[in-house]
Amino acid sequence: MSDIQVDARRLLCPMPVIRVQDAMEHLRPGDTVTAFCTDPGALNDIPAWCHINGHEVVERREQDDEYIVVVRVGASG
Amino acid sequence: MATQRKAVALISGGLDSLLAARVVKDQGVHVEGINFYTGFCVEGHTHAIRKKDKNKQKRNNALWSAERLGIKLHIIDIVEEYKDVVYNPRHGYGANLNPCLDCKIFMVSKAREWAARRDFDFIITGEVIGQRPMSQRKDTMPVVSRESGADDRLLRPLCARNLPETLPEREGWVDRKRLFGFSGRTRKPQMALARELGFEDYAQPAGGCCFLTDKEYSVKLQDLWSSRGEKRYELDDIMLLKVGRHLRPRPNFKIIIAREEGEGKFLQGYRKQYISLKTVSHGGPLALIDGEVDAADIELAARLVARYSQGRDAEQVELEVSGHSADPSSLTVKPMPAREVDPEWHL
Ligand code: SF4
Repeated sequence: MSDIQVDARRLLCPMPVIRVQDAMEHLRPGDTVTAFCTDPGALNDIPAWCHINGHEVVERREQDDEYIVVVRVGASG
Repeated sequence: MATQRKAVALISGGLDSLLAARVVKDQGVHVEGINFYTGFCVEGHTHAIRKKDKNKQKRNNALWSAERLGIKLHIIDIVEEYKDVVYNPRHGYGANLNPCLDCKIFMVSKAREWAARRDFDFIITGEVIGQRPMSQRKDTMPVVSRESGADDRLLRPLCARNLPETLPEREGWVDRKRLFGFSGRTRKPQMALARELGFEDYAQPAGGCCFLTDKEYSVKLQDLWSSRGEKRYELDDIMLLKVGRHLRPRPNFKIIIAREEGEGKFLQGYRKQYISLKTVSHGGPLALIDGEVDAADIELAARLVARYSQGRDAEQVELEVSGHSADPSSLTVKPMPAREVDPEWHL
């Protein structure tokens, strides 16, 4: 299982979603992606995108003005 | 059982594309959504930036549409390739710098490529004849089909009955009788269909699909091009055009002044790339200078920024000037009085 880190700082939505999506494209089910964002919209958009595309949100948290979302590639991904 | 056909629907986040996708999905076709990010999209940005909008839901409308439809959504970054559409639209601009017809052709052709790679059978858009003066007319519909290369694999479920039969209809993948014949600028048929399909809570987002249809935005983009002597922009440029007060006191530079805290915070992220000004003796906004400047220009900019600070009536205002990773320096100026601010400077 690998974990990929995505730096989406300073990017505005939907760019963080696009970065996560592109990072996930070549991963296998069960792999995770951790996205670091500064646009608070990412806290809604990344989970919404995961939800409709069959991926799982493992964690979302706020830390030092940054928003961190961890997602796991779903089986159908 | 016949194989289930697959269609990719262009999802803008607006009502029409939502309805079009739903109508086809309801006919048993496997539908997935595609959404293109040009950099000019109205989506969320302004909400994310402006603090006063903090309480508004910062949802992405295309994602929301896909959620309501229960379909996958693929968001594609076309920022780089799209520049050419904006610089040289073969079919010209609309009322502002919106190259709508070329934009449509480009997006449909991108969707066609995407569909071909994934073995999808056809493409769906929410276009309605006569809905938009430039890109959605009876005579432009075939232009989009042809120039995008999608030809008769492009289905517009909301106005299909007013158009020649397409491949999905001929092949019986969709039933033409259960498609629609909407036309004209009225929104009534769409609203009625939305109610019928249970989308009554649908709220029409303000403005069009993108900032290029916005007059003020187009003026600022045109100014950017004029100042550079050519049509050219980077993603940062077009982001900054959405934020703050823009003034061009001299041909060689402009000043971007935050109008409120949220914008200030956003501009903060650009301090390494631009010279920035911030009042220190008084409360005031953060400002960026875009262009090549000398000491006199910086002083002029500082006086202007001081004018937008709480020290506007003070004799002197002290500012911190920092730029291009150089150490910040201090500058004390007299705020510019209103009469010296040429209204022409405001973009
Ligand atoms: S409004 Fe903008 S996104 Fe929509 S068709 Fe016109 S140029 Fe394209």
